[in-house]
Amino acid sequence: MDRKIRVLIGKPGLDGHDRGAKYIARALRDAGMEVIYTGIRQTPESIANAAIQEDVDFVGLSLLSGAHNHLFPEVARLLASKGGSDIVLFGGGVIPEEDIPGLKEAGFKAIFTPGTPATEVVDFIEQEIRTR
Amino acid sequence: MLSSEAADLACKVRSYDQRGLARVLSMVENRHSLAPSILHSLYNPERSCLTIGITGPPGAGKSTLTNRLITYYRMHGTKVGVIAVDPSSPFSGGALLGDRVRMQDHASDPEVFIRSMANRGHLGGLSGTTRDALEVLAAASYNPVLVETMGVGQAEVEIASIADITLLVLVPGLGDEVQTMKAGIMEIGDIIVLNKSDRAGMEQLEMSVNASLDLIPDQADRPPVIRCSAQTGKGVAELTDAIVSYASSGTGSKAAARRRSALILNSIIREKGRELAEELILDRYGSIEEAIESTLEGKTTPYWIGEMLSGFLKNKRENENECKRD
Repeated sequence: MDRKIRVLIGKPGLDGHDRGAKYIARALRDAGMEVIYTGIRQTPESIANAAIQEDVDFVGLSLLSGAHNHLFPEVARLLASKGGSDIVLFGGGVIPEEDIPGLKEAGFKAIFTPGTPATEVVDFIEQEIRTR
Repeated sequence: MLSSEAADLACKVRSYDQRGLARVLSMVENRHSLAPSILHSLYNPERSCLTIGITGPPGAGKSTLTNRLITYYRMHGTKVGVIAVDPSSPFSGGALLGDRVRMQDHASDPEVFIRSMANRGHLGGLSGTTRDALEVLAAASYNPVLVETMGVGQAEVEIASIADITLLVLVPGLGDEVQTMKAGIMEIGDIIVLNKSDRAGMEQLEMSVNASLDLIPDQADRPPVIRCSAQTGKGVAELTDAIVSYASSGTGSKAAARRRSALILNSIIREKGRELAEELILDRYGSIEEAIESTLEGKTTPYWIGEMLSGFLKNKRENENECKRD
Protein backbone atom coordinates (compact mmCIF):
# COMPACT_ATOMS: atom_id res chain seq x y z
CA MET A 1 0.00 0.00 0.00
CA ASP A 2 1.20 3.46 -0.89
CA ARG A 3 -0.25 5.82 1.66
CA LYS A 4 0.49 9.54 1.64
CA ILE A 5 -0.32 12.08 4.33
CA ARG A 6 -3.00 14.38 2.87
CA VAL A 7 -3.41 17.89 4.24
CA LEU A 8 -5.89 20.59 3.25
CA ILE A 9 -4.71 24.18 3.70
CA GLY A 10 -7.61 26.61 3.65
CA LYS A 11 -8.21 30.27 4.12
CA PRO A 12 -11.65 31.01 5.51
CA GLY A 13 -13.30 34.40 5.50
CA LEU A 14 -12.47 37.75 3.99
CA ASP A 15 -8.71 37.76 4.13
CA GLY A 16 -6.61 37.84 1.00
CA HIS A 17 -3.21 37.46 2.64
CA ASP A 18 -2.13 33.99 1.62
CA ARG A 19 1.64 34.23 1.78
CA GLY A 20 1.75 32.23 5.01
CA ALA A 21 -0.70 29.59 3.81
CA LYS A 22 1.26 29.09 0.58
CA TYR A 23 4.55 28.96 2.49
CA ILE A 24 3.24 26.19 4.75
CA ALA A 25 1.67 24.35 1.80
CA ARG A 26 5.00 24.39 0.03
CA ALA A 27 6.90 23.21 3.14
CA LEU A 28 4.50 20.29 3.61
CA ARG A 29 4.86 19.38 -0.06
CA ASP A 30 8.63 19.30 0.37
CA ALA A 31 8.15 17.04 3.40
CA GLY A 32 6.47 14.49 1.11
CA MET A 33 2.83 15.27 1.84
CA GLU A 34 -0.02 15.78 -0.63
CA VAL A 35 -1.35 19.25 0.04
CA ILE A 36 -4.68 20.47 -1.25
CA TYR A 37 -4.75 24.26 -1.36
CA THR A 38 -8.22 25.79 -1.59
CA GLY A 39 -7.34 29.41 -2.28
CA ILE A 40 -8.54 32.50 -0.45
CA ARG A 41 -11.98 33.66 0.75
CA GLN A 42 -13.53 30.28 1.45
CA THR A 43 -16.61 29.71 3.55
CA PRO A 44 -16.37 27.25 6.46
CA GLU A 45 -18.91 25.14 4.54
CA SER A 46 -16.74 24.91 1.43
CA ILE A 47 -13.62 24.07 3.47
CA ALA A 48 -15.42 21.29 5.36
CA ASN A 49 -16.90 19.97 2.11
CA ALA A 50 -13.50 19.90 0.41
CA ALA A 51 -11.86 18.20 3.42
CA ILE A 52 -14.43 15.37 3.30
CA GLN A 53 -14.23 14.91 -0.49
CA GLU A 54 -10.45 14.96 -0.49
CA ASP A 55 -10.34 12.52 2.47
CA VAL A 56 -7.58 14.47 4.19
CA ASP A 57 -5.91 13.54 7.49
CA PHE A 58 -5.38 17.19 8.48
CA VAL A 59 -7.01 20.56 7.91
CA GLY A 60 -4.87 23.66 8.49
CA LEU A 61 -6.57 27.05 8.51
CA SER A 62 -4.78 30.35 8.11
CA LEU A 63 -6.32 33.66 9.08
CA LEU A 64 -4.95 37.13 9.62
CA SER A 65 -8.17 39.11 9.79
CA GLY A 66 -9.06 38.54 13.43
CA ALA A 67 -12.22 36.50 12.77
CA HIS A 68 -10.63 33.23 13.93
CA ASN A 69 -12.77 32.92 17.07
CA HIS A 70 -15.83 32.70 14.85
CA LEU A 71 -14.58 30.93 11.70
CA PHE A 72 -12.24 28.28 13.16
CA PRO A 73 -14.85 26.68 15.48
CA GLU A 74 -17.39 26.84 12.65
CA VAL A 75 -15.15 24.72 10.42
CA ALA A 76 -14.70 22.26 13.32
CA ARG A 77 -18.46 22.05 13.85
CA LEU A 78 -19.24 21.51 10.15
CA LEU A 79 -16.51 18.90 9.78
CA ALA A 80 -17.90 16.94 12.73
CA SER A 81 -21.44 17.19 11.33
CA LYS A 82 -20.21 15.65 8.07
CA GLY A 83 -18.61 12.70 9.85
CA GLY A 84 -15.09 14.15 9.83
CA SER A 85 -14.43 14.51 13.55
CA ASP A 86 -11.33 12.31 13.23
CA ILE A 87 -9.65 14.86 10.94
CA VAL A 88 -6.97 16.73 12.90
CA LEU A 89 -7.34 20.51 12.87
CA PHE A 90 -4.61 23.10 13.25
CA GLY A 91 -4.50 26.81 12.67
CA GLY A 92 -2.13 29.67 12.13
CA GLY A 93 -1.93 33.39 11.56
CA VAL A 94 -2.21 36.49 13.69
CA ILE A 95 -3.83 34.94 16.74
CA PRO A 96 -3.48 36.50 20.21
CA GLU A 97 -2.18 34.19 22.97
CA GLU A 98 -5.39 34.59 24.98
CA ASP A 99 -7.52 33.16 22.13
CA ILE A 100 -5.53 29.94 21.87
CA PRO A 101 -7.13 28.00 24.77
CA GLY A 102 -10.61 28.68 23.35
CA LEU A 103 -9.59 27.43 19.91
CA LYS A 104 -8.02 24.31 21.42
CA GLU A 105 -11.27 23.70 23.25
CA ALA A 106 -13.08 24.01 19.91
CA GLY A 107 -11.00 21.09 18.60
CA PHE A 108 -7.81 22.65 17.27
CA LYS A 109 -4.80 20.50 18.17
CA ALA A 110 -2.27 23.27 17.56
CA ILE A 111 -2.14 26.98 16.77
CA PHE A 112 0.98 28.36 15.14
CA THR A 113 1.62 32.07 15.53
CA PRO A 114 3.87 34.34 13.41
CA GLY A 115 7.55 33.39 13.45
CA THR A 116 6.94 29.64 13.71
CA PRO A 117 9.47 27.76 11.57
CA ALA A 118 7.77 25.56 8.96
CA THR A 119 9.62 22.53 10.32
CA GLU A 120 7.57 22.83 13.51
CA VAL A 121 4.36 22.31 11.52
CA VAL A 122 5.90 19.33 9.70
CA ASP A 123 7.01 17.82 13.03
CA PHE A 124 3.54 18.34 14.51
CA ILE A 125 1.89 16.48 11.62
CA GLU A 126 4.38 13.62 11.65
CA GLN A 127 4.04 13.29 15.42
CA GLU A 128 0.21 13.18 15.15
CA ILE A 129 0.36 10.50 12.45
CA ARG A 130 2.65 8.34 14.62
CA THR A 131 0.33 8.51 17.63
CA ARG A 132 -2.71 7.47 15.60
CA MET B 1 -15.93 -13.70 -2.40
CA LEU B 2 -16.70 -10.12 -1.37
CA SER B 3 -15.78 -9.44 2.26
CA SER B 4 -18.46 -7.71 4.29
CA GLU B 5 -16.26 -4.65 4.68
CA ALA B 6 -15.79 -4.36 0.91
CA ALA B 7 -19.51 -4.90 0.30
CA ASP B 8 -20.35 -2.24 2.87
CA LEU B 9 -17.99 0.28 1.24
CA ALA B 10 -19.35 -0.47 -2.24
CA CYS B 11 -22.82 0.12 -0.85
CA LYS B 12 -21.75 3.50 0.55
CA VAL B 13 -20.45 4.51 -2.87
CA ARG B 14 -23.72 3.57 -4.56
CA SER B 15 -25.79 5.35 -1.93
CA TYR B 16 -23.77 8.52 -2.44
CA ASP B 17 -22.35 8.67 1.10
CA GLN B 18 -19.72 11.41 0.71
CA ARG B 19 -17.37 10.21 3.43
CA GLY B 20 -17.61 6.59 2.30
CA LEU B 21 -17.05 7.58 -1.33
CA ALA B 22 -14.03 9.70 -0.38
CA ARG B 23 -12.59 6.80 1.66
CA VAL B 24 -13.04 4.36 -1.21
CA LEU B 25 -11.26 6.79 -3.54
CA SER B 26 -8.33 6.88 -1.11
CA MET B 27 -8.25 3.08 -0.88
CA VAL B 28 -8.18 2.87 -4.68
CA GLU B 29 -5.48 5.52 -4.85
CA ASN B 30 -3.39 3.82 -2.13
CA ARG B 31 -3.87 0.40 -3.74
CA HIS B 32 -5.38 -0.89 -0.51
CA SER B 33 -5.85 -4.66 -0.40
CA LEU B 34 -9.65 -4.28 -0.46
CA ALA B 35 -9.65 -1.97 -3.51
CA PRO B 36 -9.84 -4.74 -6.16
CA SER B 37 -12.90 -6.34 -4.48
CA ILE B 38 -14.65 -2.99 -4.17
CA LEU B 39 -13.94 -2.15 -7.82
CA HIS B 40 -15.06 -5.64 -8.81
CA SER B 41 -18.37 -5.02 -7.10
CA LEU B 42 -18.87 -1.53 -8.58
CA TYR B 43 -17.72 -2.20 -12.15
CA ASN B 44 -20.32 -1.87 -14.85
CA PRO B 45 -18.87 -1.67 -18.37
CA GLU B 46 -22.17 -0.40 -19.79
CA ARG B 47 -22.52 2.47 -17.36
CA SER B 48 -24.07 5.58 -18.84
CA CYS B 49 -21.63 8.11 -17.38
CA LEU B 50 -20.13 10.53 -19.91
CA THR B 51 -16.44 11.18 -19.22
CA ILE B 52 -14.87 14.35 -20.49
CA GLY B 53 -11.09 14.73 -20.46
CA ILE B 54 -9.55 18.18 -20.31
CA THR B 55 -5.89 18.36 -21.26
CA GLY B 56 -3.32 20.90 -22.39
CA PRO B 57 -0.10 22.60 -21.30
CA PRO B 58 0.37 24.04 -17.79
CA GLY B 59 -1.46 27.33 -17.32
CA ALA B 60 -3.63 26.88 -20.43
CA GLY B 61 -6.77 27.38 -18.32
CA LYS B 62 -7.86 23.76 -17.85
CA SER B 63 -9.14 24.29 -14.29
CA THR B 64 -10.94 27.51 -15.17
CA LEU B 65 -12.55 25.76 -18.13
CA THR B 66 -13.48 22.79 -15.93
CA ASN B 67 -15.13 25.26 -13.57
CA ARG B 68 -17.22 26.60 -16.49
CA LEU B 69 -18.23 23.09 -17.55
CA ILE B 70 -19.34 22.25 -14.01
CA THR B 71 -21.57 25.36 -14.08
CA TYR B 72 -23.07 24.26 -17.39
CA TYR B 73 -23.91 20.74 -16.22
CA ARG B 74 -25.19 21.97 -12.84
CA MET B 75 -27.65 24.21 -14.74
CA HIS B 76 -28.97 21.02 -16.31
CA GLY B 77 -29.41 19.51 -12.88
CA THR B 78 -26.95 16.62 -13.03
CA LYS B 79 -24.45 15.64 -10.35
CA VAL B 80 -20.93 16.39 -11.57
CA GLY B 81 -17.78 14.50 -10.61
CA VAL B 82 -14.33 15.98 -11.14
CA ILE B 83 -10.90 14.37 -10.92
CA ALA B 84 -8.05 16.86 -11.13
CA VAL B 85 -4.52 15.53 -11.45
CA ASP B 86 -1.40 17.49 -10.50
CA PRO B 87 2.22 16.30 -10.40
CA SER B 88 4.02 14.72 -7.44
CA SER B 89 7.54 15.82 -6.65
CA PRO B 90 10.10 13.35 -7.98
CA PHE B 91 12.25 14.24 -4.95
CA SER B 92 9.98 14.40 -1.90
CA GLY B 93 6.98 12.48 -3.28
CA GLY B 94 4.84 15.35 -2.01
CA ALA B 95 2.47 17.39 -4.15
CA LEU B 96 0.71 20.72 -4.18
CA LEU B 97 -2.78 20.11 -5.50
CA GLY B 98 -4.14 23.49 -6.48
CA ASP B 99 -6.84 22.90 -9.07
CA ARG B 100 -9.62 23.60 -6.55
CA VAL B 101 -8.55 27.25 -6.43
CA ARG B 102 -10.15 27.77 -9.86
CA MET B 103 -13.26 25.77 -9.01
CA GLN B 104 -14.36 27.78 -5.99
CA ASP B 105 -17.75 28.57 -7.53
CA HIS B 106 -18.78 25.01 -6.73
CA ALA B 107 -16.89 24.44 -3.50
CA SER B 108 -19.99 24.26 -1.33
CA ASP B 109 -22.32 22.57 -3.81
CA PRO B 110 -22.97 19.05 -2.39
CA GLU B 111 -23.88 17.78 -5.89
CA VAL B 112 -20.37 18.46 -7.16
CA PHE B 113 -17.67 16.04 -6.04
CA ILE B 114 -14.14 17.25 -6.69
CA ARG B 115 -11.17 15.03 -6.00
CA SER B 116 -7.55 16.09 -6.43
CA MET B 117 -5.03 13.37 -7.25
CA ALA B 118 -1.24 13.52 -7.37
CA ASN B 119 0.27 11.56 -10.27
CA ARG B 120 2.60 9.69 -7.85
CA GLY B 121 5.24 9.19 -10.48
CA HIS B 122 2.91 7.86 -13.18
CA LEU B 123 3.65 9.18 -16.67
CA GLY B 124 1.01 10.00 -19.24
CA GLY B 125 -0.68 13.02 -17.64
CA LEU B 126 -2.75 11.06 -15.12
CA SER B 127 -2.08 9.00 -12.01
CA GLY B 128 -1.93 5.21 -12.21
CA THR B 129 -5.29 4.90 -10.46
CA THR B 130 -7.22 7.70 -12.19
CA ARG B 131 -9.09 5.22 -14.37
CA ASP B 132 -10.24 3.30 -11.26
CA ALA B 133 -11.26 6.50 -9.44
CA LEU B 134 -13.32 7.34 -12.51
CA GLU B 135 -15.19 4.01 -12.26
CA VAL B 136 -15.92 4.74 -8.58
CA LEU B 137 -17.41 8.18 -9.34
CA ALA B 138 -19.44 6.68 -12.20
CA ALA B 139 -20.78 4.02 -9.83
CA ALA B 140 -21.85 6.80 -7.46
CA SER B 141 -23.91 8.06 -10.44
CA TYR B 142 -21.98 11.23 -11.11
CA ASN B 143 -22.60 12.10 -14.74
CA PRO B 144 -20.62 13.59 -16.34
CA VAL B 145 -17.23 13.03 -14.76
CA LEU B 146 -14.66 15.60 -15.82
CA VAL B 147 -11.03 14.48 -15.73
CA GLU B 148 -8.47 17.26 -15.76
CA THR B 149 -4.95 16.09 -16.55
CA MET B 150 -1.73 17.57 -15.24
CA GLY B 151 -0.22 20.23 -17.45
CA VAL B 152 1.09 18.18 -20.35
CA GLY B 153 3.80 18.52 -22.95
CA GLN B 154 3.75 16.70 -26.25
CA ALA B 155 3.24 13.02 -25.59
CA GLU B 156 1.01 12.59 -22.55
CA VAL B 157 -1.98 11.16 -24.34
CA GLU B 158 -3.35 8.62 -21.85
CA ILE B 159 -6.46 10.72 -21.22
CA ALA B 160 -7.70 10.01 -24.75
CA SER B 161 -7.99 6.32 -23.93
CA ILE B 162 -10.03 6.76 -20.75
CA ALA B 163 -12.31 9.68 -21.68
CA ASP B 164 -15.29 9.57 -24.05
CA ILE B 165 -14.45 13.08 -25.22
CA THR B 166 -11.08 14.77 -24.96
CA LEU B 167 -10.82 18.54 -25.02
CA LEU B 168 -7.37 19.77 -25.97
CA VAL B 169 -6.88 23.25 -24.56
CA LEU B 170 -4.30 25.41 -26.36
CA VAL B 171 -3.27 29.00 -25.80
CA PRO B 172 -1.33 31.53 -27.91
CA GLY B 173 2.40 31.91 -27.51
CA LEU B 174 3.65 28.34 -27.21
CA GLY B 175 5.56 28.07 -30.45
CA ASP B 176 5.30 28.27 -34.20
CA GLU B 177 3.18 26.16 -36.54
CA VAL B 178 5.67 23.30 -36.60
CA GLN B 179 4.53 22.61 -33.03
CA THR B 180 0.97 22.05 -34.20
CA MET B 181 2.16 19.64 -36.89
CA LYS B 182 3.92 17.31 -34.45
CA ALA B 183 2.57 13.90 -33.54
CA GLY B 184 1.24 13.15 -30.06
CA ILE B 185 -0.90 15.54 -28.08
CA MET B 186 -2.09 17.41 -31.20
CA GLU B 187 -3.76 14.23 -32.43
CA ILE B 188 -5.92 13.41 -29.41
CA GLY B 189 -8.33 16.33 -29.20
CA ASP B 190 -11.90 15.43 -30.11
CA ILE B 191 -12.54 19.14 -29.71
CA ILE B 192 -9.74 21.69 -29.80
CA VAL B 193 -10.26 24.65 -27.52
CA LEU B 194 -8.31 27.82 -28.19
CA ASN B 195 -8.45 29.45 -24.78
CA LYS B 196 -7.54 32.98 -23.68
CA SER B 197 -9.09 34.23 -26.92
CA ASP B 198 -8.49 37.84 -25.96
CA ARG B 199 -4.73 37.34 -25.99
CA ALA B 200 -2.42 38.49 -28.76
CA GLY B 201 -1.36 35.70 -31.11
CA MET B 202 -4.80 34.09 -31.31
CA GLU B 203 -5.10 34.56 -35.10
CA GLN B 204 -1.75 32.90 -35.66
CA LEU B 205 -2.60 30.01 -33.33
CA GLU B 206 -5.93 29.40 -35.05
CA MET B 207 -4.30 29.52 -38.48
CA SER B 208 -1.59 27.04 -37.59
CA VAL B 209 -4.02 24.66 -35.84
CA ASN B 210 -6.28 24.75 -38.89
CA ALA B 211 -3.37 24.30 -41.28
CA SER B 212 -2.43 21.17 -39.38
CA LEU B 213 -6.01 19.88 -39.36
CA ASP B 214 -6.26 20.46 -43.14
CA LEU B 215 -3.80 17.60 -43.53
CA ILE B 216 -5.98 14.99 -41.80
CA PRO B 217 -6.62 12.42 -44.55
CA ASP B 218 -10.30 11.89 -43.72
CA GLN B 219 -11.77 15.35 -43.10
CA ALA B 220 -14.81 13.72 -41.47
CA ASP B 221 -12.49 13.09 -38.50
CA ARG B 222 -11.52 16.74 -38.30
CA PRO B 223 -12.17 17.99 -34.76
CA PRO B 224 -14.03 21.27 -34.30
CA VAL B 225 -11.86 24.22 -33.21
CA ILE B 226 -13.48 26.56 -30.73
CA ARG B 227 -12.20 29.89 -29.52
CA CYS B 228 -13.15 30.81 -26.02
CA SER B 229 -12.20 32.64 -22.88
CA ALA B 230 -12.79 30.44 -19.86
CA GLN B 231 -12.09 33.46 -17.70
CA THR B 232 -14.87 35.67 -19.11
CA GLY B 233 -17.15 32.89 -20.34
CA LYS B 234 -17.04 34.11 -23.94
CA GLY B 235 -17.35 31.19 -26.37
CA VAL B 236 -18.14 28.65 -23.64
CA ALA B 237 -21.70 28.16 -24.98
CA GLU B 238 -20.27 27.20 -28.40
CA LEU B 239 -17.98 24.74 -26.64
CA THR B 240 -20.76 23.07 -24.66
CA ASP B 241 -22.84 22.84 -27.87
CA ALA B 242 -19.90 21.07 -29.53
CA ILE B 243 -19.55 18.69 -26.56
CA VAL B 244 -23.26 17.83 -26.60
CA SER B 245 -23.19 17.27 -30.35
CA TYR B 246 -20.06 15.08 -30.12
CA ALA B 247 -21.51 13.06 -27.24
CA SER B 248 -24.74 12.36 -29.13
CA SER B 249 -22.95 11.31 -32.30
CA GLY B 250 -20.45 9.23 -30.35
CA THR B 251 -19.87 5.52 -30.70
CA GLY B 252 -22.52 3.15 -29.43
CA SER B 253 -22.42 2.15 -25.80
CA LYS B 254 -21.49 -1.45 -26.71
CA ALA B 255 -18.36 -0.26 -28.50
CA ALA B 256 -17.51 2.09 -25.66
CA ALA B 257 -18.05 -0.68 -23.11
CA ARG B 258 -15.74 -3.02 -25.02
CA ARG B 259 -13.08 -0.33 -25.30
CA ARG B 260 -13.32 0.37 -21.56
CA SER B 261 -13.01 -3.27 -20.50
CA ALA B 262 -10.12 -3.83 -22.89
CA LEU B 263 -8.33 -0.79 -21.57
CA ILE B 264 -8.69 -1.73 -17.93
CA LEU B 265 -7.67 -5.33 -18.56
CA ASN B 266 -4.63 -4.18 -20.52
CA SER B 267 -3.42 -1.91 -17.77
CA ILE B 268 -3.99 -4.64 -15.20
CA ILE B 269 -1.94 -7.05 -17.35
CA ARG B 270 0.86 -4.46 -17.40
CA GLU B 271 0.77 -3.98 -13.63
CA LYS B 272 0.49 -7.68 -12.77
CA GLY B 273 3.19 -8.55 -15.31
CA ARG B 274 5.56 -6.22 -13.52
CA GLU B 275 4.59 -7.60 -10.11
CA LEU B 276 5.13 -11.20 -11.24
CA ALA B 277 8.45 -10.42 -12.90
CA GLU B 278 9.67 -8.65 -9.77
CA GLU B 279 8.62 -11.58 -7.61
CA LEU B 280 10.50 -14.03 -9.83
CA ILE B 281 13.61 -11.89 -9.56
CA LEU B 282 13.22 -11.78 -5.77
CA ASP B 283 12.95 -15.59 -5.70
CA ARG B 284 16.04 -16.02 -7.78
CA TYR B 285 18.29 -13.20 -6.60
CA GLY B 286 16.87 -12.02 -3.27
CA SER B 287 16.38 -8.45 -4.48
CA ILE B 288 16.53 -6.32 -7.60
CA GLU B 289 19.75 -4.78 -6.27
CA GLU B 290 21.29 -8.26 -5.97
CA ALA B 291 20.28 -8.97 -9.56
CA ILE B 292 21.97 -5.76 -10.68
CA GLU B 293 25.03 -6.77 -8.64
CA SER B 294 25.29 -10.12 -10.47
CA THR B 295 25.23 -8.33 -13.82
CA LEU B 296 28.16 -6.22 -12.61
CA GLU B 297 30.03 -9.32 -11.44
CA GLY B 298 29.66 -10.71 -14.94
CA LYS B 299 27.56 -13.69 -13.80
CA THR B 300 24.67 -12.67 -16.00
CA THR B 301 23.29 -9.71 -17.98
CA PRO B 302 19.97 -7.88 -17.80
CA TYR B 303 19.05 -9.58 -21.09
CA TRP B 304 19.66 -13.03 -19.67
CA ILE B 305 17.51 -12.20 -16.66
CA GLY B 306 14.82 -11.29 -19.19
CA GLU B 307 15.25 -14.68 -20.87
CA MET B 308 15.00 -16.35 -17.47
CA LEU B 309 11.68 -14.57 -16.91
CA SER B 310 10.26 -15.59 -20.31
CA GLY B 311 11.51 -19.12 -19.70
CA PHE B 312 9.72 -19.39 -16.40
CA LEU B 313 6.21 -19.95 -17.76
CA LYS B 314 7.49 -22.30 -20.46
CA ASN B 315 9.42 -24.36 -17.87
CA LYS B 316 6.42 -24.39 -15.61
CA ARG B 317 4.27 -25.82 -18.42
CA GLU B 318 6.93 -28.37 -19.35
CA ASN B 319 7.27 -29.44 -15.74
CA GLU B 320 3.52 -29.87 -15.54
CA ASN B 321 3.56 -32.01 -18.70
CA GLU B 322 6.38 -34.11 -17.26
CA CYS B 323 4.34 -34.66 -14.13
CA LYS B 324 1.43 -35.82 -16.25
CA ARG B 325 3.65 -38.26 -18.17
CA ASP B 326 4.84 -39.76 -14.90
